[in-house]
Amino acid sequence: MAERTYLEAIAESLRTEMQRDERVFLIGQDIGAYGGAFKVTNGLQETFGEWRVIDAPLSETAIVGGCTGAALMGLRPVAEMQFADFVSCAWDQLVTVAAKQHWRAGTPVPIVIRLPSGGGFAGGPFHSQNPESSFAHVPGLKIVCPATPSDAKGLLASAVDDPNPVLFFEHKHLYRRIRGDVAEERFTVPIGTARLERDGDDVTLVTWGAMLHVAIEAAAALAAEDVSVEIVDLRSILPWDSDAVLNSVRKTSRLLVLHEDTYTAGFGAEILATVAAESFEYLDAPPQRLTAPDCPVPLAPSLERRFLPQVEDVLHALRELLAY
Amino acid sequence: MHYPHPESSRTQAFRWARTGLMRRCGRIQCQRAVSEVRHANPVASFDEAREIGLDRTDLVSMYRNMLLTRGIEDRGRTLFKQGKIPGSFYTGLGNEASAVAIGSAMGPDDVGTPIQRNIGVHLARGTQPWKILAQYMGRQGGPSVGRDGNVHFAEFDLGLITMVSHLPAMLPVATGCALAFRIRDEQRVAVGWFGDGSSARGDAHEAMNLAGTRELPVVFICNNNHFAYSTPNRLEYAIEHLAERALAYGFDGVVVDGTELLSVYRETHLAIEKARSGGGPTLIESVTLRLEGHGVHDDASYVPRELIDEYRDRDPIDQFHRWLVEHVDFTPDEQRELESAVKQALNEALKLAEASPEPNADSLLDGVYAARDALEAPHFS
Repeated sequence: MAERTYLEAIAESLRTEMQRDERVFLIGQDIGAYGGAFKVTNGLQETFGEWRVIDAPLSETAIVGGCTGAALMGLRPVAEMQFADFVSCAWDQLVTVAAKQHWRAGTPVPIVIRLPSGGGFAGGPFHSQNPESSFAHVPGLKIVCPATPSDAKGLLASAVDDPNPVLFFEHKHLYRRIRGDVAEERFTVPIGTARLERDGDDVTLVTWGAMLHVAIEAAAALAAEDVSVEIVDLRSILPWDSDAVLNSVRKTSRLLVLHEDTYTAGFGAEILATVAAESFEYLDAPPQRLTAPDCPVPLAPSLERRFLPQVEDVLHALRELLAY
Repeated sequence: MHYPHPESSRTQAFRWARTGLMRRCGRIQCQRAVSEVRHANPVASFDEAREIGLDRTDLVSMYRNMLLTRGIEDRGRTLFKQGKIPGSFYTGLGNEASAVAIGSAMGPDDVGTPIQRNIGVHLARGTQPWKILAQYMGRQGGPSVGRDGNVHFAEFDLGLITMVSHLPAMLPVATGCALAFRIRDEQRVAVGWFGDGSSARGDAHEAMNLAGTRELPVVFICNNNHFAYSTPNRLEYAIEHLAERALAYGFDGVVVDGTELLSVYRETHLAIEKARSGGGPTLIESVTLRLEGHGVHDDASYVPRELIDEYRDRDPIDQFHRWLVEHVDFTPDEQRELESAVKQALNEALKLAEASPEPNADSLLDGVYAARDALEAPHFS
């Protein structure tokens, strides 16, 4: 075990995967000589050369489409979108080409798209989004949203191993803020499995990505009031671990889903619908969502603070749920 | 698997061109000297054909594949009218030469992303005619196993990658195949197709720009058939020849008469071999006329009568028949024999296709995701 930041864990995982499998290569904007906008790929081009850490033109479509072609030819591409927001430019290549290729033609497309996502640092409308829900509606894609350094490393290894297109949402606000113990050897975290962050009896709080850390703070505050919150870190959005959520809700009978993405048709809606359909008789209160409001991500700190769910918002939502 | 040594001469040259030389010469300096778009000449004799590696058997075989292309599409049209083809139906009438020539010019290990007027590419690569008819009919035996229809298919084992409707989305994919060949230092080439309509979309630009910056082994083929559905060329682009765009990406552009089988073959052959030997991409604009509507539902009333007459007179199959008679003494007996063999092949194909079952509805959800074991184990260094 070694202590690593979230960013170091991702960087270490990329290096490990490239050492382990010659088919793995990286492509993205400014990832080579410059080391990436967030320096996640710093030093990798020096080790692996410029044909395995490829500086691409500003062309998200060509990057993702290029990954699909290279994957069909037997390589294991890992692309970096400089910001997750820019994946909109590659929508067609992911949704129209990569996601449907195996079902239509029987040819796997093992690509990983790394998506630095999320807000909290005045990035504004185009450098802060969490577009995971948009892609959760697309059969054929897989989506992961790690919240800890260890999960970041293990899920990235699983993503590279996976024979399908995997969207790897790495939360920018966690890059250097979050540290944790990470096994030094290679390990995988299975895609589609949630992790129990905190055991509790009174209410289930399901979340992922940076919101996990907001949830942890809120749960600690409520523990002081003798309220026990169970936190389920979903980790994967597609496929998602409905068993873990249903089991927890059946234990606590109350559910709050917390996510940083906006409200309407956010992935919380899917979770609530499933819980309502499959665990209705266990519920003591209507399941609730706490999310960003239906609004673009604002820039000014006062606005962004209002936009992003805060610890006090979580406390308020949990108390309402408990008082129902 | 072999990877280029980090300091291979090519890598070094690339780095040198990118840093030292470029800076010394200033930003105006162009990496490659490209003059202007070239117009291909016809192949005027059997000797010229032999120079590009074609013997008489090759020539007759390409002629056969053109006849087969037209025959399959004729049968398809009938099947559609009989209500045996679900969805829609598209043909490549007028594009038979271009498709067959390019499919034939590709090497055995080359790959391509053909589009909707390219049945001849599939035939040249070895797809069985019955599979194409089964594909049209949405049957289990079609390469898309009924999950997708009409021209949305390709046999991956034959080096072809299936298209999507969103043209030219497969151009970045073709560029990616070429990138893989470059990364592994393989002597293989990718061929990517698009049309005059999809030339207007950004995917075309991004794919060619990336291919140009990295000098990737890819050949871009523009099937310019004058109309994108009903939209004429003048409303799609504002230059004289789409091939001119190659110059902006730093590689060669060629305009070729897409009704002349051997001109297309020679230009594609040269472009592929150039790419194979490290010479980078080429954009070939193959000019034809779509002799029918966009699909069977479209009467193409917007196409000027004179233009149709002109291109009917230049029918690619008739043209090549005349060439064969003139240059390799192709006899009426051979013609009759070939026509009869093609007809027999089509009848057999029809029988097999109609015998192919409809897909089992219970298989609907199979393969949305690839299983873990669908890919080989990691390659350790």
